[in-house]
Amino acid sequence: MAETTTATDEPVAPGAAPEPELLHGAPVVHVRGQRVVHATRDELVGLVRTLRGEGWLQCLDVTAVDYLANAHRELPEGIEAERFEVVVLLISHSARERLRIRVQVPESDPVVPTLFEVHPGTEASEREVFDMFGIRFDGHPDLTRILMPEDWEGHPLRKDYGIGRIPVQFKDAPDA
Amino acid sequence: MTATEESSHLTDEGAQEMAPRIVAGGTEVLREVGSVLRISEAEAGEDAPDDAETTIINMGPQHPSTHGVLRLMLELEGETVLRTKPVIGYLHTGMEKTGESLTYLQGGTNVTRMDYASPIFNELAFCLSAEQLLEIELPPRAVWIRMLMSELNRLTSHFLFLATNGMDLGSTSMMIYGWREREEGLRILEMITGLRMNHNFIRIGGTAADLPDGWQQRLTDYLDSIPERLEEYEILMTNQPIWRERLQGVGSITAEEALALGATGPILRSTGYAWDLRREMPYLAYDQVDFDVIVGTYGDCFDRYAIRLNEVRESVRILRQVIEMMPAGDYRIQDKKVTPPPRARIDESMEALIHHFKIFTEGFKVPEGDAYAAVESPRGELGVYLVSDGSAKPYRMHVRGPSFVNLQVLPHLMHGGLIADAVAIISSVDPIMGEVDR
Repeated sequence: MAETTTATDEPVAPGAAPEPELLHGAPVVHVRGQRVVHATRDELVGLVRTLRGEGWLQCLDVTAVDYLANAHRELPEGIEAERFEVVVLLISHSARERLRIRVQVPESDPVVPTLFEVHPGTEASEREVFDMFGIRFDGHPDLTRILMPEDWEGHPLRKDYGIGRIPVQFKDAPDA
Repeated sequence: MTATEESSHLTDEGAQEMAPRIVAGGTEVLREVGSVLRISEAEAGEDAPDDAETTIINMGPQHPSTHGVLRLMLELEGETVLRTKPVIGYLHTGMEKTGESLTYLQGGTNVTRMDYASPIFNELAFCLSAEQLLEIELPPRAVWIRMLMSELNRLTSHFLFLATNGMDLGSTSMMIYGWREREEGLRILEMITGLRMNHNFIRIGGTAADLPDGWQQRLTDYLDSIPERLEEYEILMTNQPIWRERLQGVGSITAEEALALGATGPILRSTGYAWDLRREMPYLAYDQVDFDVIVGTYGDCFDRYAIRLNEVRESVRILRQVIEMMPAGDYRIQDKKVTPPPRARIDESMEALIHHFKIFTEGFKVPEGDAYAAVESPRGELGVYLVSDGSAKPYRMHVRGPSFVNLQVLPHLMHGGLIADAVAIISSVDPIMGEVDR
């Protein structure tokens, strides 16, 4: 916390690295001055745990994106695009730097290991992702809906979840 | 797995020493101090009291001290709180989903309604994130107007906290005083933006309008009135034994726990951990103004109260510098892509009319990619994660609401405390439910 490291603050031009940069085995790209790591599901927990030991003390957020309608996005070589992507935001207070971890999650098996054991503060965020996208977090202590009613059908932030005139769903409502 | 085993690889010397507490696993730390977010029945083990000895009560969602529609399930043993489970979602209106069907220009009207006590910060984070995607540089006046609005909004937000914190603890005169100061600040916001709340004043590429005539005088008068009001607060609350008794040592948290639980803002700073984005990762022009980051020591309710009270003083300091240093020039970027033409041009130029019409109906296209930008809101790190597919609407808009994440510290703060202190603790976390539920 006390020492200041400014070297990592320098914005790096996109695509500057001639050969793929790796962070603990996961490819790194620089997007608009921020580092983005593309990790696999199996690497995720180990990577976050290792990074915590290196000063990435806080996990700010866990969120997800449904790329159903936008399958063609730029990914580093070796990373196969899947329908869902879980995004983890880490911050290092001593290096004054942010790190984004993007994890591809296939539609057929939307399960990601939980980060709860490493950063308990991801508990609510992971529940929100489960609620909104239907991505399950393996090992999460209480994976239930957080924002929607517990008997809600569907996951609203999925791209195939329509907007507009949907029937109002209430608990114990008499069937019309 | 213990902290020693897990962190043995962290030191060069091998497993010969305990890892510093700060890198020990979050759950382990929590287990050690006897509070895990949700203890499963098996884990609760022998220490857990018999179910027959405890009572589960619901506090909220309509309880007046839960700041909106927060519902807490409390497990009580006598008067002592054992477990707490916040139940949220009562205000959920799907704003992130709505954001996907609004253009970037309309997006501001959506996000500004999330944290309704500090709307400027929502707009600011959204615009900073979109500007990262567009890769545009703002004219200096736009940056400084944004800073002025942020700090003015921080004042009104902290006054709201002081008012409700006083009210929750039975100091109704404080409620009236806090509201009085906040109202005056809202009047200045209204003079500048036209609205008391939900301003939609910060736009991509700058601000919606320039500052009105006479803003310096109006703002200076307001700032001049604040220090003596704060002195009154000190007499009324800070130095009053009853107030101190109610807050000191109540709801304590350590820096390690706050970090593990993702807490930011005054909750993290109350533990003595000096992390303020304005100072540590400056955005806008915060690196050009002089201010102090206020930290506490004990991480209790009193520290969180005192931090906010003193942050009011720091905001006043920043605002005085902003008045002095406000640069002249454009209040928005002169980039035809994102900025509509001036009103006067529309009367004389057909192209300007078409251009104006296009921007407001179709919006502007934003390059593909994703971006995350964060600001220090009165409650902590408020970040917006945007994914663009190259169209005029965000493909995905996610808001990291500080209140949402900060609510997770509630079970920890409550554990082992008295039910009567619950109100003080909820108040000191200062959640805004519009931002929690979105």
